[in-house]
Amino acid sequence: MKNKLGKQTLQFPFLPRIVGSYSIVGEKEGKGPMAKWFDMILEEDTFGEKTWEKAESKMLKQAMLQALQKSGREKDEIDTVLSGDLINQIMSSSFMARDLSIPFLGIYGACSTMTESMIMGSMMIDGGYASNILVGASSHYCTAERQFRMPLEHGNHRPPSAQWTSTASGAMVLSADDKGDTAVKQGKNQPQGQKLREVYLSHATIGKILDTGIKDPNQMGAAMAPAAVDTIVRHLSDMERSPEFYDIILSGDLGMIGRDIALDLLSGRGINLNGIFNDCGAMMYDKKQDTHSGGSGCGCSASIFCSYVYDEMRTGKINNALLISTGALLSTISSQQGESIPGIAHAVAVTTKGVI
Amino acid sequence: MSKQKQQQQQTKKPKKEVTKQYEQYVKQFTPKPKYFSNSAKAFIVGGLLCMAALYIQNLLIDSGMSEKDAGAIVTVLLVCLAQLLTGLGVFDSLGKFAGAGVFVPITGFANSMVAPAIEYKKEGPVLGVGAKLFSLAGPVLVCGISAGTIIGILYYFMK
Repeated sequence: MKNKLGKQTLQFPFLPRIVGSYSIVGEKEGKGPMAKWFDMILEEDTFGEKTWEKAESKMLKQAMLQALQKSGREKDEIDTVLSGDLINQIMSSSFMARDLSIPFLGIYGACSTMTESMIMGSMMIDGGYASNILVGASSHYCTAERQFRMPLEHGNHRPPSAQWTSTASGAMVLSADDKGDTAVKQGKNQPQGQKLREVYLSHATIGKILDTGIKDPNQMGAAMAPAAVDTIVRHLSDMERSPEFYDIILSGDLGMIGRDIALDLLSGRGINLNGIFNDCGAMMYDKKQDTHSGGSGCGCSASIFCSYVYDEMRTGKINNALLISTGALLSTISSQQGESIPGIAHAVAVTTKGVI
Repeated sequence: MSKQKQQQQQTKKPKKEVTKQYEQYVKQFTPKPKYFSNSAKAFIVGGLLCMAALYIQNLLIDSGMSEKDAGAIVTVLLVCLAQLLTGLGVFDSLGKFAGAGVFVPITGFANSMVAPAIEYKKEGPVLGVGAKLFSLAGPVLVCGISAGTIIGILYYFMK
C-alpha cells in the first residue's frame, strides 16, 4: 500500500485542493466570539421554513451552493456530494441532495462527519475517481434537541457538563485540478488585493472507536476525549512528526471539559500541546451565553474549519493545521438500553505548502 | 497515573474498573452543580408560588366557596398559567432559573404536556401531538400511580 503510512494514516500524493468553502450559523452562534469569521448568520433559526428539519436542510443546501459558487465551478462539474448530519437516516443531507441532482453519498459519523467527508472526498480525488467533490456537514440545535433530548420548551435543568448543539453548516469544494488560483474572490476577512495561498489536504488519519464506558449523554466531551487523543498520537507517530510541525491542532466538539481532559491525557503521554491545541466547541460560544461546556454537533467543526481555519490559511496566518472532528456514536436507543458511548475521531492534515 | 490509564483505555472492551477509574478522573475536570444556590432558588420560587396559590384559595374560601372547589380552581389556575408561559416560551427560562421550584408543583406537569404538544405539532394532530403528548408526563404518571397502588395495598394490610 503505497499511500498508507504506519497503521492508520493515509497520504494524498495528488494533493486535493480546497477551492471554495462556505459556513452558515444560527442566531446564537452569530453572537459568539467566532461570529466575524462566518459567511452567513441567520436572523432566525427557522430560516423561513415550517419545520426545523427543513431549516437545517436549507442551511446545508445554501452552504453547498455558495461554496460551489465561490469555487467558480459549475454544478455539473461536481462529481459527487458527500454529506452527513445528526438526524435519523441523515434526513437533512438526503433532502438537501434531493434538490441538487448531483450524485450523492450520505455518510454518518455523528459529529466527526466533517473530517470523514473530507477524507473520503480526498481519497476519491486522489484515486482518480473524481475531479471535484462537494463535502459538508450540518447540525441544528432544535432538530438535535428534539431527537436526542427534550422538547424545546421543557423547563429542565442542564448539568454543567452539558454541551449545546450548534446550529451550523459548513461545506467545501475539493478539487483535483491544480491550475491557476482558486476562483474564490475574497473571503469575508481577506483584505482586497492580498496574495492568497492555496490550501491542500495532504494526509489523513482514520480513527478507531474508543469506549471508556461513559454512559452519561451529558458527558460527551469526556466520552470522546480519549478517541481524539488516540488519533492525535497515532497521527504523529505514523507521520513521525512532532506536534510543533502544526500551527494549530483543532478538535471538533470536545467542549471545554473534553479539551482539558484531552490536554491532560496528552501531557500524560509526553505530548505538550499547550498553545497549539484548541477545540471548535469550546471556541464557538462566549461564557456569558451559558452553554455550559461549549458547543457540539457536526456543524461545530464544519463551520469553523470552513471559515476561520480556511480563511487564516488563505491569508497565510496558519500554514499547517491538523483538524480532528470528534464523534460520539450513541443513538437515542443505545443510551436507554444502558450502553456506553463509543467515541471516534478522524484527523485531516491541511497545508498551504503543497509538498509532502 | 494518567499514563497508566491510557494504556488501560486501549483495551477494546472497557472493564468496570477502568470505567470507574476514568469516571473518577473525569470528575476533577467537571464543575460541580451549584447545589446550594440551586436549592435556595428552588425553595424561594417554589415557596412564593405555593404562597400565592394559597392566598388565592383563601380569598375564594372567604367569598363563600367550599374548600374543595377553591382547591380545584386554584389548581386549574396554576395549570393554565404554566401552559400560557410555556406557549409564550418563558417557562424554560423560568425552569432554568428556579429548577425544582417550578417543576415540582403542578406547573411542571402542565409544562411537560404543553412542551411536547408544541414540539410535535408539525407531525400532525394524531400521530404527532396525540402520540407524543404524554411522552414526558406519561412515565411519571405510570410510575406515580404504580407506586401509589403498591403503597395503598401495603397500607390496607398494615392497618
